[in-house]
Parts: sequence; structure tokens; C-alpha cells
Amino acid sequence: MKIAVCLKQVPDTEAEIKWDIPKGTLSRDGMDSITNPFDEFALEEALLTKENYDGEIVAISMGPEGASDVLRNALALTVDQVALCTDDAFAGSDTYSTAYVLAAAIKKVGDVDVVFTGKQSTDGNTGVVGAELATILGFSPLTQVSKVRSIDAAGKKIVVERAIEGGTEVIEAKLPAVVSVIKGINEPRLPNLMGIRKASKIEIPQWNAGELGVDTGKVGTAGASTKVVEIAVPPPRGAGEILKGEIEEIANTITDKLIDLKVIK
Amino acid sequence: MANDVWVYIEHKDGAIAPMSFELLGIGKQLADGFGSSVCAFVVGDKIDDLAKEAGAYGATKVYAVEGDVFKTFRGEAYAKAAAFLLDKYKPELAIFRATSMGTDVAAAAAAHLGFGLCTDTIGLAVDGGKAKMTRAAFGGNYSVSVVNEKAAPQIATVRPKAFAIGEKDASKSAEVIKESFALADTDLATKVLEFLQSATAVNLVEADIIVSGGRGLGNEAGFAMLQQLADILGGAVGASRAAVDSEWIPYVHQVGQTGKTVKPKIYIACGISGAIQHLAGMRTSDCIVAINKDPDAPIFKAASFGIVGDYKEIVPKMIEKFKTKLSR
Repeated sequence: MKIAVCLKQVPDTEAEIKWDIPKGTLSRDGMDSITNPFDEFALEEALLTKENYDGEIVAISMGPEGASDVLRNALALTVDQVALCTDDAFAGSDTYSTAYVLAAAIKKVGDVDVVFTGKQSTDGNTGVVGAELATILGFSPLTQVSKVRSIDAAGKKIVVERAIEGGTEVIEAKLPAVVSVIKGINEPRLPNLMGIRKASKIEIPQWNAGELGVDTGKVGTAGASTKVVEIAVPPPRGAGEILKGEIEEIANTITDKLIDLKVIK
Repeated sequence: MANDVWVYIEHKDGAIAPMSFELLGIGKQLADGFGSSVCAFVVGDKIDDLAKEAGAYGATKVYAVEGDVFKTFRGEAYAKAAAFLLDKYKPELAIFRATSMGTDVAAAAAAHLGFGLCTDTIGLAVDGGKAKMTRAAFGGNYSVSVVNEKAAPQIATVRPKAFAIGEKDASKSAEVIKESFALADTDLATKVLEFLQSATAVNLVEADIIVSGGRGLGNEAGFAMLQQLADILGGAVGASRAAVDSEWIPYVHQVGQTGKTVKPKIYIACGISGAIQHLAGMRTSDCIVAINKDPDAPIFKAASFGIVGDYKEIVPKMIEKFKTKLSR
């Protein structure tokens, strides 16, 4: 089975975020970066799939050269192949352009049975690239996946559970499929020292727009259809009121105040 | 009309989701700004009742694709039909709710049409003849507004409860336009085998009231107390990442950057310090009550009402008072 996993480098969730306001993009200079936390579950699911069903894993990332760190981390966890989609033309891509580039990379890898992605990134937070990627590739779109029940590569079938509003949906889908996983689907492992050492010596292959065969008119700031027109700092929430006094009195006041909101039915 | 505003109607198994019509209110405001009409669009197997209800909530027209293949929700099938309608009529803007169903349809429909979309939108306005869509970024520390210049239509998913629901007027009705869109089961790659209803329906994004707990609860038992308070208020129970990672409560309850983004009318945070990742998921709640032992906890900066103290003493008192005052 051929397994692909998409990994995104994001600012550390503890990091202070700086925007390049005129450009409407993130200023990534000097910012600590990590693998998108949701993608760690995707990577683990890819590793488990390989262990359970045999196969090879290709990890793909799109981003500036520095994003090769997330691929090196994947190599340390013994993925078989990695590729970084990087080109100045990609900067400023929106969700569709991102999915379009990743789709080109997956086509270039060829014969992929299943693509794992995290359900969203912690920086852009859009949560739609997985579904867009599936649609562009013509693969089965499987979002919000909380469990992979079975994969039958020969029979071209996959059965997954999706955690959606009100319960769990069990879906059978044809392969190839794009599976976007949620937190809790597994427990991501950490690389060991040997893996890290080995990975540090491997050169990360880079694919540019030309090698991917993507139309540069469809990517980056030039190609993205969604344009950032304004970045603002929202007004802070008004200073709240600290309720003081005996517990009895506080409980009395807060329950009155909440009842007064006329929200409780 | 080319500059109409379309609202996607979400439904499940023939039942009307109560919040499906939430977006018709803001849709109408935007349509007024464009000098156009607000319309609804729906995909399903029997849509007449939905169309009627959409009319009562202000839709002037309802565009529909009907068919047996749409009996149960399948993102793949619904998105193809939705993309067909959007491509045929090319309205100015199409808005969906940012639920898992709404997002599946919106994302795949946008990809079929070949452009991006704005997700989890919290602000919508008409600006220079286009819709300006605003979303929160990075823990709500920034808001980013985007315009989709090339897209017809622009597509946005809208955070549930971001806008007030419009008024219902049963005397109003919509013109229904049914389009045929041929799609067979064999054209589809996905099949729903079964739906397992969860024992305790956790639907944080729809909840008006959320009682949430964090590391400060100290143990699993704390959530039983919060559940009691939530039950009295008709609310849902949420949790911080720390509580979920401690395995005191399942992940479906998690609010924050790696959980759900919620906007209830009342959010009661118990034993939650208020890390930026948690605030990212709940800071747009209308009224926030924070209960925490640490007077310096950052949650107090976001709170409408702060109570410095032990939730184990305060929550039972609140339960007692609510029981008396609400006669429950």
C-alpha cells in the first residue's frame, strides 16, 4: 500500500505571533516552529497503517525551506520518503492553492492509496484543505475521522468512523481516499535518538512549481482568490467584574446576574 | 439574480436542524447592502418542509436539488449538488454554517468550483460591492478580513451563533426552484454504513450555555458536578485541553485551539487558567464567568464575572440557588 501524509509547519502554539501587515502574511522570522499538532496524529496513523497493512509512507510538506524540519522529524520516525514543495511562487497561497499544490505532489508520487492529513492547522485554522485536496484529486473525502476500522488495499476499500455533531458515523469508502484525522485517534510516538541521528544526514528533496507541474497563475499571492484586505486587533473584552464577599452572597449574585440575561430556558 | 446572497440549509434525516435558518438573518442584511435578495439553497430527498420554513425565516427563493441519493447526508454527494447550483446561478455570496456538515459541503463545493473560501467567519459586511469576510486568527489576537475577488460566488462558513437568528413570519413563503441534478449511488465513492448516536449528546457548537472545567478540577469527579450544573441550565459540558489530556473527559468536550471553537451566550469556566489556546476557543462567548482559586489566572482578564475561589464550594451553591430560583 502506498501511504502519503501531509505535514505543515506552524508557529509554536506558545509563540508570539507577528504579522507582516502590509503583505497580509505571517512574519515567520525568528519564530519557533513545530509540526502542526493535528498532523502528528496523521503521521502516527500513517505509521500504524504501514505496520498493520504493510506499505510505504511518503511525507509531504509545503512551505519555505525551513519547513524541511517537519519532514526531518518524520524521517526520524522512519517514513520512507519525503518531499518539500517549496517555491517563492507559493507564498501567500490560500486553502485552494495549497490543496492544488499538495494534489500535484500526490500525483507526482503516484499510485497513492490513502492520504492522511490533520483535521486543521493551528495557525490558519481553516480545516478545509483535506476536503479540498480530496475533491481536486477525485479521492474519497473522509473528514473528522476518529478511527480507521479497516483498509483493504486489494479490494480498494476503507472503513472509518467520523466524529460529527451528535454521534459517530461509520463510512465505507473507495480507495484512494483522503483521511483527515482528529485528535485522540491515536497516541503519537516520539522519535528515538538513533532515528534523529540518521534523519539528520538525509537530504530533503525539494519540488518547485515547475517540477510539480503546477500553474503559477493559480498559486501564491498572485493566484489565491481570497485576498487579505485588513488585519486588525479586536477590541479587548471590557474589564469584568470580580464578585466579592461570602460564598453565599457570591452565589446569590452570580445566579441572579445569569438569570437576568434571559438565556436560561 | 447575480448579486443575491445564498444561505445553505443544513438538515439531517428529514429533520430540520433548529439552527439551519440562523444565517437567513445576516443573509438578509447583506442582501440589503447589495440591493439584492436573500435566497436559500438545499440538497435533500424531500425538501418541501425545509423550503417552507426557510421562506418563513425570510428566504425569497429556495433553490433545491432533490433525489433519493440525498436521503442521508453524504458530504461528497451534497457538495456536488451544491456546486452545481452555485455554478449555475453564480450568486454573489454563499454562506454555510461552520459545523462538520456545513464545512464538508462548503469546502468540497469551493474546490469543485476551483477557488478558496473563508472559514469560521465571525464578521460579514458589504464593502466596495463585495462581501468582506472576517475571521479570528491566532487565538483571537487578530482578526483577518478577506475578500474573494475572483470567486463567483464567494463562499464562507460562519461560526454558529456569530449572528442573531432572524425573525420567523409564518405568513411569508418562498418561491421554490427545483433543479434536476443526476447523480447515482454508483457515482459516489462513500457509503454511510451506520450512525451511532452518542449516549450524551455533546453538541458544544450549538449550545447556548457551556459549563467547562480544567486542570483545576483536580479529578474526573469534578466533571460530574459540572454536569449537574449544566443539566439544570440546559447546557453542555466543555473542557480545557489539560482536563482532556488527563483523561478526565473525552476529547469531544474539548474547547480551544485543538478542540472546538464555541460562542455560547454563557460560558462558565471552572478551574481553567485561561491559556491563550483555551481562550482561542471561547473568547467570543457573550458572557464569561470564571471561577478560579488563583486571582492572577489570565481567565479573569477575559471574564465578564470573576469569582476567586474553589469551584467545589461555589458550584454546589450555584446549583442550590438555581434550583430554588428557577424552581427546578
